[in-house]
Amino acid sequence: MKIIIIDYGAGNIKSIQFAFKRLGFDAVLSHNIDEIKAADKIIFPGVGEASSAMKMLQESGLDKVIPTLKQPVLGICLGMQLMCTSSEEGNTKGLGIFDVAIKRFSNAVKVPQMGWNVICNLKSALFLGIKENEFMYLVHSFYAESCEAAIATTNYELPYASALQKDNFYGVQFHPEKSGVVGSKILANFLKL
Amino acid sequence: MLTKRIIPCLDIKNGRTVKGVNFVDLIDAGDPIILAKQYAELGADELVFLDISATLEGRKTMLEMVLKVAEQVNIPFTVGGGISSVADVALLLKSGADKVSVNSSAIKRPELVNELAAKFGSQCVVVAIDAKQVRGEWRVHLAGGTIPTDLNLFQWAKEVEKRGAGEILFTSMNNDGTKTGFANEALAKLSTELNIPIIASGGAGTVQHFVDTFKKGKSDAALAASVFHFGEIKILELKQVLKEHLIPVRI
Repeated sequence: MKIIIIDYGAGNIKSIQFAFKRLGFDAVLSHNIDEIKAADKIIFPGVGEASSAMKMLQESGLDKVIPTLKQPVLGICLGMQLMCTSSEEGNTKGLGIFDVAIKRFSNAVKVPQMGWNVICNLKSALFLGIKENEFMYLVHSFYAESCEAAIATTNYELPYASALQKDNFYGVQFHPEKSGVVGSKILANFLKL
Repeated sequence: MLTKRIIPCLDIKNGRTVKGVNFVDLIDAGDPIILAKQYAELGADELVFLDISATLEGRKTMLEMVLKVAEQVNIPFTVGGGISSVADVALLLKSGADKVSVNSSAIKRPELVNELAAKFGSQCVVVAIDAKQVRGEWRVHLAGGTIPTDLNLFQWAKEVEKRGAGEILFTSMNNDGTKTGFANEALAKLSTELNIPIIASGGAGTVQHFVDTFKKGKSDAALAASVFHFGEIKILELKQVLKEHLIPVRI
């Protein structure tokens, strides 16, 4: 199985690569469009700021390629947010795969949300064998609103979509690669899709 | 609900843990990777590695250690100690660290916080502050708390928040090593006046001290070293007690 982690200069991708290694799989870092198109499974990571990450995607032409992919794609954290229609962060236009806008938490809570919170209302094969209310590690200031594409919900200030799915596209706000054995199980599930 | 975090801190010199650690039967208690894995399994929510090596060689060893921790440990970890530039942080994050903490270097050149937040995002920038209460005023100290500065703890914390810090790690020099509890009054003030997470550090001696820092100190996370390393407090038992006090924890 060929697993590609899209390498466009955003964030801590080493951890994702190691998480797959712990599962016994080699994941390759690449920004080569042909290589990405030919992969069996694709991870779309991202940490940092939305508008500059989007700019990096545009410069490499990946913004055009990602929405056309046919194999399972998993966006993680900012990767998931960039797959949505827009983000309040840097007033960014997203890839528009998930029909939902990304908003900022208000100052009624501490921003960023940093730490372990639970996921519930699990709906997808991505969560096969995962119990409701398992803990995931999250670090984010912006969130996807509750929407039709939501396959998991988390509460922080309000209930929001902590995972999304549309066809072959999946997105998780939490970091499965940093969320202990349960997170690792979610990555293993993704490889079975 | 977002849970309160329990964070063991490991001091590292030339790639080895320095203070004695004997909370479990370990083949090599000085091996930070074995320790980190053990802590992850025992319920730690995050780990902090503090590099106290003074040499270039030691720093290089630290990078190798970070890579190995990232390879084998499945919870987030922060690396601190001797970080003074964007290039230092780029190397650490590339090696798999999730966050970095800066302390003296931010005091010497506050723009560093802006640069790191702009380049890597606030989520990975922890600003560590060592402060001591002198005649009623909380003064920020340099170099492991030995050199006083003119900075006031609360003003400095607010400034680094504005500059883009994602989190504050506050160590009270009055409480550190005393095992008499965290500096909850100052912690509560920080937590109320700032809108980013606050990690309490310095003073942990008993389980009740953790209860107090989450309730009275309004802390988002609590960091400790020796009480965990010497098995005086077991993380799982600590979390059970916190839960009984209705403090949200990950069990």
